[in-house]
Amino acid sequence: MGNDLGQAFAQALGLIMRLDSQLIGIVALSLKVSLSAVALAALVGLPLGAALAVERFRGRQALIVLLNALMGLPPVVVGLVVYLLLSRAGPLGSLGVLFTPAAMIIAQTILIAPIIAALSRQVLEDAWREYEEQLRSLGARRMTAALTLLWDTRFSLVTIVLAGFGRAAAEVGAVMIVGGNIDGVTRVMTTTIALETSKGDLPLALGLGVILVGLVIVLNAAANVIKEAAVRRYG
Amino acid sequence: MLPLELKGVCFQVNGKLIIDGVSVDIGAGSRTVILGPNGAGKSVLMRLCHGLLQPTAGSIAWRGNSGGRSQRQAMVFQRPVMLRRSALANIVYGLKLAGVARTERELRARDVLDVVGLADRAQQTARALSGGEQQKLALARAWALGPEVLFLDEPTANLDPGATRELETIITAIRATGTKIIMTTHNLGQARRMGDEILFLSQGRLVERSPVDQFFAKPASAEAAAFIKGELPWN
Repeated sequence: MGNDLGQAFAQALGLIMRLDSQLIGIVALSLKVSLSAVALAALVGLPLGAALAVERFRGRQALIVLLNALMGLPPVVVGLVVYLLLSRAGPLGSLGVLFTPAAMIIAQTILIAPIIAALSRQVLEDAWREYEEQLRSLGARRMTAALTLLWDTRFSLVTIVLAGFGRAAAEVGAVMIVGGNIDGVTRVMTTTIALETSKGDLPLALGLGVILVGLVIVLNAAANVIKEAAVRRYG
Repeated sequence: MLPLELKGVCFQVNGKLIIDGVSVDIGAGSRTVILGPNGAGKSVLMRLCHGLLQPTAGSIAWRGNSGGRSQRQAMVFQRPVMLRRSALANIVYGLKLAGVARTERELRARDVLDVVGLADRAQQTARALSGGEQQKLALARAWALGPEVLFLDEPTANLDPGATRELETIITAIRATGTKIIMTTHNLGQARRMGDEILFLSQGRLVERSPVDQFFAKPASAEAAAFIKGELPWN
């Protein structure tokens, strides 16, 4: 058994070293799907977080509670809902994107937009508490104030966006359901690991596992470096 | 835009009266110091005048015009709020919000930085400046707007004597350009140095209004007399 594991590990490293084309294709699709999803989620989540931080309106607290709750959305449930929406009989069935990377991007966007919105709302609201009087004194309207806060907290927000990316890249349930794990079309790192493990092809699964964990570590290191540099530079 | 007319101004929070029926006309020219012990309501009164807070009763009007906030006023807070950008950019930001033409912003910003003695700090991160330098920068940011009225809320409360002296010198220079100064302090020495007239506030009520010499030589109210006596050791 220990020998099997060692062998699988050696083969996995071999796949990575010689840039196995199947492996590269899967990693590339994973990055494409999750980076697209995180970009879309940031486009929705950051303005939403900023609006919730500076605006006061009825139902604001309820919306914040809802967003916080949505941070814990189970990926399979998101996958199921998006599947129902996009399936042929569903309301968006005419788009014909089920079992394509587009469907996977949609599902992951829904999964991480609440995370980015809820976490950025917290950061931006703390900043607003500090800045509000000064910005209002200078004559900033809400919109200007929100943009100023987004810019001034940009390094904290990078960390949040990266957390969203980590969540997207690591989830398996949503992309499995709406992508269908079709070889060469919608097969990403996590779904391949799940499949190959059950098939007993440990080298590929392990190789992808190593890359996935490595990616997460590199991302977090990058976030940390950015943040440290920003604190040194901008206080 | 002066005089500033307050009629029966009250400000209540959670049933507690912070400002209790203040009526006063503040005219152009002389330097007005709002003096009083901690918790007297000085800062709240100043925020009401500046338009950051709305009175819960009574009215505040600039030259008979009670609607809207005039842009020709600026305020410096006890603790300056610096944006995460350079000293120069902090001033440019205020000028941009005030609608100053793009080409003119940097020229004006460099001018005021020069006057407050921060010319060599223009490109430095505002948040990395010392407390005294940050407060000078806050003064410069306010002054760059060319305000007719400048509100100063305990501007030297967190500074050492040297920085306090420097700041008072700058305030005097601003006043020499024709800007009306309205400042709060609980420091008798500063009130005497920086004031022409004293508005003495106690427990939210305007207890006394006198020229500065008369106030210190012969306070008209028992509260003011007690405050001067109690504070004398630090004078």
